Amino acid sequence: MSVLAIAWKSIRQRALASSLTSLSIALGVMLMVVVLTISAAIEKAFDQTSVGYDLIVGPQGSDLQLVLSAVYRIQPPIENIPYQYLKTLRDDRRITAAVPLLFGDVTEEGAFPIVGTTPQYFELDYATNRSFRIRGKRINSFFDAIIGSEVARANGWDLGSQFTIRHGGAEGTHVHDEKFTVVAILEQTQTANDRTVFLNVEGFYAIAGHEKPLDEVEDRLRKFYGSEPDVLAELLTELDAHKAHLAEDEASGVSHDHHDHSHETPDCMKELTSVLVRTRSPADAIFLQADINKSFQARAVNPIRPIRKLMDNVLGNIRKALVVLTAMIIIVSGVSIFVSIYNSMSDRRREIGVMRALGASRTAVFSIVLAESTLLCLGGGVFGWLIGHGLTIAAAPAVIARTGLLLDAWAVTPWEFILFPVLLVLAIVVGFLPALTAYRTNVADALQG
Amino acid sequence: MSLHLRNVRKSYRQPDGTPVPVLGIESFSIDQAEQVALVGASGGGKTTLLNIISGILVPDSGDVIVDNNNVATMPEVVRDRFRASRIGIVFQTFNLLPGFTALENVLLGMSFSGQQVDRNFATSLLERVGLSHRLNNIPQRLSVGEQQRVAVARALANKPALLLADEPTANVDPENQQIVLDLICETCREHKVSLLMVTHDLNVAESLDRVDKLDSFNNPELCRQEVSS
Repeated sequence: MSVLAIAWKSIRQRALASSLTSLSIALGVMLMVVVLTISAAIEKAFDQTSVGYDLIVGPQGSDLQLVLSAVYRIQPPIENIPYQYLKTLRDDRRITAAVPLLFGDVTEEGAFPIVGTTPQYFELDYATNRSFRIRGKRINSFFDAIIGSEVARANGWDLGSQFTIRHGGAEGTHVHDEKFTVVAILEQTQTANDRTVFLNVEGFYAIAGHEKPLDEVEDRLRKFYGSEPDVLAELLTELDAHKAHLAEDEASGVSHDHHDHSHETPDCMKELTSVLVRTRSPADAIFLQADINKSFQARAVNPIRPIRKLMDNVLGNIRKALVVLTAMIIIVSGVSIFVSIYNSMSDRRREIGVMRALGASRTAVFSIVLAESTLLCLGGGVFGWLIGHGLTIAAAPAVIARTGLLLDAWAVTPWEFILFPVLLVLAIVVGFLPALTAYRTNVADALQG
Repeated sequence: MSLHLRNVRKSYRQPDGTPVPVLGIESFSIDQAEQVALVGASGGGKTTLLNIISGILVPDSGDVIVDNNNVATMPEVVRDRFRASRIGIVFQTFNLLPGFTALENVLLGMSFSGQQVDRNFATSLLERVGLSHRLNNIPQRLSVGEQQRVAVARALANKPALLLADEPTANVDPENQQIVLDLICETCREHKVSLLMVTHDLNVAESLDRVDKLDSFNNPELCRQEVSS
C-alpha cells in the first residue's frame, strides 16, 4: 500500500472531521475562484484591447458614462448630437472612419440593447486585429437586424426570427409596433457586441416615435450650432422645407407613421447618440480630441482612459481586497486542518506505534501524516475549484442578464495556476507539526499506551 | 540459529536520572523453527525483551542476532526495514488498524518491507487462518478471535524468520484460545518460522517445544555491575 493509500484510509476513518476541514478549504477556494473569475471577466470586458476605436464622440457630459454607454452598453445614453455633426467629423482629414451609433431601446424579450449603426461598423475590427465574423447576410431593409451571439443563445433566436423592441429601455414603456427580422448572427466576440442587437441606422429612424418634435429639433440645433451661424442657417432652411413638406402631406392626408416614409427623414431631423472614431495616428487622436472638446459642442473621449481609471482606482482595489479576504479564509481553513490533524495525533498514537512496529520508518509515518494534510488541502481545493466554476456557470445567465458581464466560467485565470502550488505549500506547513509528532513517536510507549 | 542474544543489557532511567536495570542476559538462543514459550512475572522485562529483539528498542549493550544480522548495531532505518521483512509480531491487543479491512491490514504488514506487495499471498494467508469470507471486513466487524487471526496472518505476511507473540491468547475467549494457538504454531511450523511467545498461561507454554523462564537467564544486576565497573 502506498503512502497516499494509507493516508486516504486514515482520512476516511475520520470521515466527518476530514470532510468538514476539507470543506472549509473548498469554500475558501470556491470564493476565490468566483472572485477571480468575475474580476477576470470585468477586466476582460474593460480591457483596452477590446475597443477598436481611438475616440468616442458624444454629447457633453461624463466621459465614463459616454464610454460605458457607447462601448459597453451598460449605461443609458447621455443625450444626442445632431446627425450633421457626423458629416463634420467625416470631413476631417485626420479621421479614417466615423461610425454612428444610436441607442436607447431594448429588445422586448431579454432586454438586450438595440444599436442603430451602419454596415461599416461590421467592416472594421471590433478590437485590435479582431474582425467580426457573421453568419447570415447583410442588412438590406430597414427592419433587418444582426444579433450578437449571446442574444441568439439567450432568446433562442436564429436567422429569420422576428422580434419587437421596447422604447427607452425601461420596463413598462411602450413597445414599438415594428417587427424586426434576424438576418445575421455575430460569432462570439467576448465583448458587449455579443449581447447587442444591431439595426440599420435608417431603420432606427424609421421606427414610429423616434422622430423628435420639430420645435425640439429646432431648439437643439440652435443650441448646438449657436457658434456656427452658417451651418445653423443651412440646417434651419432644411428644417423649414421639411415642415412645409409635412404640412403638405397633412393637407393631403398622408400619414408619416407609415414605414415607407422613413426614408424621407431629412438629416436636420436626425440625431445620433455617439460616434466611434478612428484616426490616422495616435497623435491625430490626441489633437482631434482636444479640438472637439475645445468647441464645447460635443465631447470626445479616449475609450480606454476612463475605464482604466475606474479599474485602477475602484475595481482593482475591490478585487485586491476580495482576494486578500478569500486568501485569509483559506489560511484559516488551513489552520483548521492543522488543528484537526494535530488533535487526532493523540488518538492515533497507537496506530502510528503499530505501523512503526510493523516496520514503517519514521520518515514513512511523517510522510503519511503530511500526505493526509496534502490530500485534505488539495482535495478541498479541487472540490472548491469545481464548485467555484460550477457556480459561475450557473450564475452566468443571471449575471449577463443583470450586468451584461460575459462570464466565461471555464476560463482559468493565471492566479488559479498559483492557487494549487500555494495550497500544496499550505498543506506542508499545516501538516508539518503533526507529521513531526508522528515522526517523534516513541514506538514502545505508543504500544504500551 | 534464528535468534541469539549475547551480553544484552538494558536499563531505563527514572525521571530523576536513576537507572533501573531491566535486562541482563548473558546468552539466549532459539533455533530455526523452534517454538519457545517465555514465562515470567509481570514487570519482569518480557515485553522489553521482545522490543529489543524486534529492534523497537536498542539495548544499552550486547548483540541481538536475528537471522545472522545484529539488530542492535543497525541504524534505525535499516532496523525498521529489517523488522518489516524478517520479524513478525503478534500483539496481545491485536493492534489492527481500525480503518483498514482484514486484507488491507495484512497488506499493510507487507507495505513497509520494501518488497513487492503480494495480494494473492495476503489472501491465501487469510484463507489459511479461515477468514476467506472476511477479507473485506473492518476489524470492528470481526469477532475477537477473528481479529487475532488477522493479526497472525499480518505477522506472517513477509515470511519472517522469527515470530514474536506477546500473550496472543490473553484477550481471546477460551473457545478461540486453542484455535489461535494452534494457528500460530502450525503456520510457524509450516513456514519454518522460529517462535518466541510470551505467555502467562502454563498450558499454552507447555504446548510449545520449550519453556524458558525469564528469571532463569535474565539477571538485571549485571546492568548495575556494568555501570559500577
